[in-house]
Amino acid sequence: MPSLGSIRRSFAPWNDAAAKPYIAFENVTKKFGDFTAVDKLSLAIYEREFFALLGASGCGKSTLLRMLAGFEEPSAGRILLDGQDLAGIPPYRRPVNMMFQSYALFPHMTVEQNIAFGLKQDRMPKAEIAERVASMLKLVRLGEFARRKPHQLSGGQRQRVALARSLAKRPKVLLLDEPLGALDKKLREETQFELMDLQHELGLTFIVVTHDQEEAMTMADRIAIMDKGEVMQVATPADIYEAPATRFVADFVGTVNLFEGKVADMSGDAGRILGADGFGLRVDNLAGAKNGARAWFAVRPEKIAISAVKPADEGLNAIEGEVWDIAYLGDMTIYHVRLEDGRIVRTSSVNSRRASDEQLTWHDRAWISFRPDAGIVLTR
Amino acid sequence: MNGRKWSRFNIVSVTLGFAFLYLPIVLLVIYSFNASRLVTVWAGFSTKWYVALLTDTAMQNAAWVTLRVALISASVATVLGTMAAIALVRYTRFRGRLLFSAMIYAPLVMPDVIIGLSLLLLFVAVGLDRGFFTIVLAHITFSMCFVAVVVQSRLLTFDRSLEEAAMDLGAPPVKTFFLITLPIIMPAVVSGWMLAFTLSLDDLVVASFASGPGATTLPMKIYSQVRLGVTPEINAVCTILIAIVTTGVVIASIVNKRREVRRLRDEQAARRG
Ligand SMILES: Nc1ncnc2c1ncn2[C@@H]1O[C@H](COP(=O)(O)OP(=O)(O)O)[C@@H](O)[C@H]1O
Ligand SMILES: [Mg+2]
Repeated sequence: MPSLGSIRRSFAPWNDAAAKPYIAFENVTKKFGDFTAVDKLSLAIYEREFFALLGASGCGKSTLLRMLAGFEEPSAGRILLDGQDLAGIPPYRRPVNMMFQSYALFPHMTVEQNIAFGLKQDRMPKAEIAERVASMLKLVRLGEFARRKPHQLSGGQRQRVALARSLAKRPKVLLLDEPLGALDKKLREETQFELMDLQHELGLTFIVVTHDQEEAMTMADRIAIMDKGEVMQVATPADIYEAPATRFVADFVGTVNLFEGKVADMSGDAGRILGADGFGLRVDNLAGAKNGARAWFAVRPEKIAISAVKPADEGLNAIEGEVWDIAYLGDMTIYHVRLEDGRIVRTSSVNSRRASDEQLTWHDRAWISFRPDAGIVLTR
Repeated sequence: MNGRKWSRFNIVSVTLGFAFLYLPIVLLVIYSFNASRLVTVWAGFSTKWYVALLTDTAMQNAAWVTLRVALISASVATVLGTMAAIALVRYTRFRGRLLFSAMIYAPLVMPDVIIGLSLLLLFVAVGLDRGFFTIVLAHITFSMCFVAVVVQSRLLTFDRSLEEAAMDLGAPPVKTFFLITLPIIMPAVVSGWMLAFTLSLDDLVVASFASGPGATTLPMKIYSQVRLGVTPEINAVCTILIAIVTTGVVIASIVNKRREVRRLRDEQAARRG
């Protein structure tokens, strides 16, 4: 059997011009009174995709899901599912199911009855319901808890009941609103992998809402970064991290150092970004930029090296500063280096050897250095 | 009490308070077993007034009327009151909502005399023959407001996502109400029903206005007899009423307590895994 990773890598319908999106938001706006929760948003999601909506709390992620589930109607724009406009179709007739942030388990029903609820609404024969419920219970490993009521379960068990209930009807699309929010860290990490396996096994389309970037990066095929009701960027986790489209995205996902300046000395894609202090960063991915334009060079901490002496390689960007803060995390060490003009640059280095001989300590002079292609040039 | 000692002031005030509440009732119960016809003179223990009740058909009829009025009016008021509560909590933007909610609360503060009188005027105006039916109508009118208030406060804390989950799983709104909402708010609905039932049992004023010659409720009967002088027989009736009500209250609180204890135990067990 091929590994999950290799299948994942070959799965990229968004790059295929012939592929039709399974779910399409077209210029969707949602207003609550004067407040715009979702603003002219367009998104295309493909069949069998594991799609994550990532954004700060209050940016409209839940509202987007609720419009897809049918609990809210868009104020403007259309939502299409498999080519069909969903406008006017009530939630109980949509082929999508949702796992609620609060789980929303029915307190007066047992685990079994909770899972069977949706199947009963479809008038499925009793024997089939029993069979399906048993298989769902097995899937989420809750067989022995079938007769319990929700208040007799722990948080993790409740989460699994909610998942089983929303999967029982085999919906075409499963919407998950912060599904792991209430779990502790260890359980959350385990469950992330379980969800990925499950999604792959059942061949469903998952749309998961989260405000936890690690969670989104772990699980999703693609991530949409949202801010104030708008989508800032949609891309694979690697592209979001390595090729953010804007400063907002770069800053939102992971940590980033931004060097601001004006584009100068362009020749081909290479050139410089001239800072206010007159220091010129050598960069070689200026495609699309213009001489004199304002730009930011965004470099991730792990792509910056730190050393006590200036590196010999003249092709590197090297800046001198002072070690301002050190955080030793075991597997890696984070340095904050203060430059002449007071800016703080963050670097992180993996501690691949035990107790390195070249120890930098507080207030040492140090050089930070990075290659011209270590970062990305942002103009927004 | 948290290991803290009771101060003398507390003991005195609690004793006085309970005495004030229960002494009259205790006296009433004691005198219902009095052998003498004179209410204030103790002449030895006897159950003869209870025996006398067995043959008093007028009193029995009145009790029967009261019971039926209370059962019917409480049940109808519970249905109407629950519907009103849902309208008030769920449909926050219909026209005239403010007026509607004010009108729901008005009977709670309106003196019984005014309610009774206005209903009487209404019944006369529409030419309704006064009797059993009009008492039921009158009781529905005022007790439904109490039901609405009780159910409304429960609905305000109701988690709407439960209903959304049911609809998401394919249940249309009406089905969702009967399968999810109603079972969950049932304790409040039952409280509302019990409140309406007791209000109806108790009521003297509104019933006096609304009733006609054919129908007399127990409170009306007792009141009219007392005007001729308190008899041990009346004390006996009241003692029976007290016994019934007390039993009801005790059972209800035991059931509640049990449920609470079981719930706490389950939750602790769940936390332990
Ligand atoms: N029913 C509603 N009425 C008014 N405002 C709402 C309603 N639902 C959501 N909002 C507002 O819309 C914004 C986005 O909410 P939501 O989609 O829940 O954000 P999140 O990204 O945290 O899930 C929030 O500012 C919220 O206050
Ligand atoms: Mg949310």
